[in-house]
Amino acid sequence: MSVLVVVECDGGEVKKSSLEVASYGSQVAQMLGTTATAVAVGEATEANLAKLGEQGISKVLYDAEPRLKDFVNSAYTKLIAAAVEKESSAVIVLANSNIGASVGSRLSVRLKASLATNVVELPKNDGGSFTVKRGAFSGKAFADVVLTGDRKILAVKKNSIEASHEAGKTAQVESFSAGLSDADFTDAPKQVVMQDQAGGILLPEADRVVSGGRGMKGPENWHLIEDLAKALGAATACSKPVSDVDWRPHHEHVGQTGITVSPNLYIACGISGAIQHLAGVNSSKVIVVINKDPEAPFFKAADYGIVGDVFDVLPKLTQAVKELN
Amino acid sequence: MKFLVCISNVPDTTTKIAFTPDNKEFNKAGVQFVINPWDEYALTRAIELKEAQGSGTVTVLNVGEADTEPNIRKALAIGADDAIRVNAAPKDAYFVAQQIAAVAKEGAYDVILMGKESIDYNGFQVHGMVGEMLGIPTVAPAMKLDMSGSTATLEREIEGGKEIVEVSAPFVASCQQPMCEPRIPNMRGIMTARTKPLKVVEAVGEGARTSVAEYALPPKKQGVKLIPAESAGDLIKLLRNEAKVI
Ligand SMILES: Cc1cc2nc3c(=O)[nH]c(=O)nc-3n(C[C@H](O)[C@H](O)[C@H](O)COP(=O)(O)OP(=O)(O)OC[C@H]3O[C@@H](n4cnc5c(N)ncnc54)[C@H](O)[C@@H]3O)c2cc1C
Repeated sequence: MSVLVVVECDGGEVKKSSLEVASYGSQVAQMLGTTATAVAVGEATEANLAKLGEQGISKVLYDAEPRLKDFVNSAYTKLIAAAVEKESSAVIVLANSNIGASVGSRLSVRLKASLATNVVELPKNDGGSFTVKRGAFSGKAFADVVLTGDRKILAVKKNSIEASHEAGKTAQVESFSAGLSDADFTDAPKQVVMQDQAGGILLPEADRVVSGGRGMKGPENWHLIEDLAKALGAATACSKPVSDVDWRPHHEHVGQTGITVSPNLYIACGISGAIQHLAGVNSSKVIVVINKDPEAPFFKAADYGIVGDVFDVLPKLTQAVKELN
Repeated sequence: MKFLVCISNVPDTTTKIAFTPDNKEFNKAGVQFVINPWDEYALTRAIELKEAQGSGTVTVLNVGEADTEPNIRKALAIGADDAIRVNAAPKDAYFVAQQIAAVAKEGAYDVILMGKESIDYNGFQVHGMVGEMLGIPTVAPAMKLDMSGSTATLEREIEGGKEIVEVSAPFVASCQQPMCEPRIPNMRGIMTARTKPLKVVEAVGEGARTSVAEYALPPKKQGVKLIPAESAGDLIKLLRNEAKVI
């Protein structure tokens, strides 16, 4: 019985969200008195996988099959299922990402496991019942969910746990083959198109986010958002109406019907704070609101606020960040 | 092509979430229920594809008790041909997936569509479970869906980009924007919806694998600290020295 952690890799590196997942998994392993093994998916290097020791992983299984570089639902599912069997894992931990949810949901049926997605805390395992807290009602509430059965799959939301670092510890990287064949790659992507993201920071992975709403008046003013984002090392985002009218691409739309983000810092510029927008951002650690209307509902959900004109305030903030650095 | 579109019945997006005094259940009192917004993409796209093909049927499926029927009728008014309701409270994703898989198998549907997730439970699980139960591919979440004969080309969102995937029917896709512009019912639709068939069937399979022990609301914010616009730069100092986030 061990804990199996699925780590997503990209361009040779382990994704930041997967470092958190690895830390989560090794803490669960400690709780259950066992060890945590990782299985890597995507393009990885052995050196980077070995560094997962810093997050408490003792062993990493890696199948160097080149077609696993891109996300292939059938192949990833089979690979992870094989790793679970090899390690007799009782708990499987993945990222609550599009990949994690796609694979986790198929695995739960294949392995007869109970599944919780959107998990935000370490589990509790007392009195024979295994419970985790997960986000529900689009960020407006939490639910403590009881998972039954011998096997459990947990998909952990970004920023729910801090990635631990024990410098110098290394994991043993073991080559692993799930015996994948052509039949496992029939749903392989024909093409993968990566976004051209400002500053190279992806919104779902970002620790800091600068977001603009209708108050920005038009796409020609977005350099103000981008300048601040760049100075802060933040990703950019927007409200729904902004992407609806194509001022910004759809993948930047956050909220109840867009993506949910939970960065350490969310700066909202010219966004009113409608309940559907808040749903997507209210698990951010610190929320800053800049709005010229002191009655804007967003101020009620904010930690810091500036009542003022974004066109005046944003350049000042960018300047202040530059001075600080 | 036979399309099966799964819809769930969820609290309107403006709902202030509250629970029963023991925190074990969502408090439905005074809450307006709607078709899950993500499911509207699945429904409209199925209708558009059926229209483009000039033949076929769109069936809507809901796992829910009788109080969901107004929203099933709404889906019929938007343009679905018929409906099936599995008469049971949707206990968890696994329970719901079993019902969908059973209906899909029995009716030999070619394309099974649903929204990315429901905005109440936010599971994002049902698509993969149904696909695995039926042994067919799943594409989730799909931002675009085109069909030519029985081959579908989809755009799947991945973190930081998208994949173009081609699959043959039967398959499952969970849908999200910008797949289409969700339709709203028109007067004629509302009239014809009244007489479209709505079949009620009983639940099958095993029970649920998970249950909710307790719900909780997020902790309240301390209150906002306002910084005068004239000294906006001070905010940055606070973010570094007080909040310690930069
Ligand atoms: C089913 C449904 C789902 C939805 N899902 C989402 C979702 O996922 N995400 C989402 O964002 N919305 C969503 N919405 C829309 C939501 O209800 C709001 O309409 C939307 O969030 C408003 O966007 P906004 O704040 O950019 O624009 P507005 O509400 O128009 O607000 C603009 C704000 O900018 C301020 N402003 C104007 N000029 C300036 C200036 N010069 N300086 C400073 N401030 C200024 C104004 O005071 C105002 O507060 C949804 C709605 C529905 C019905």
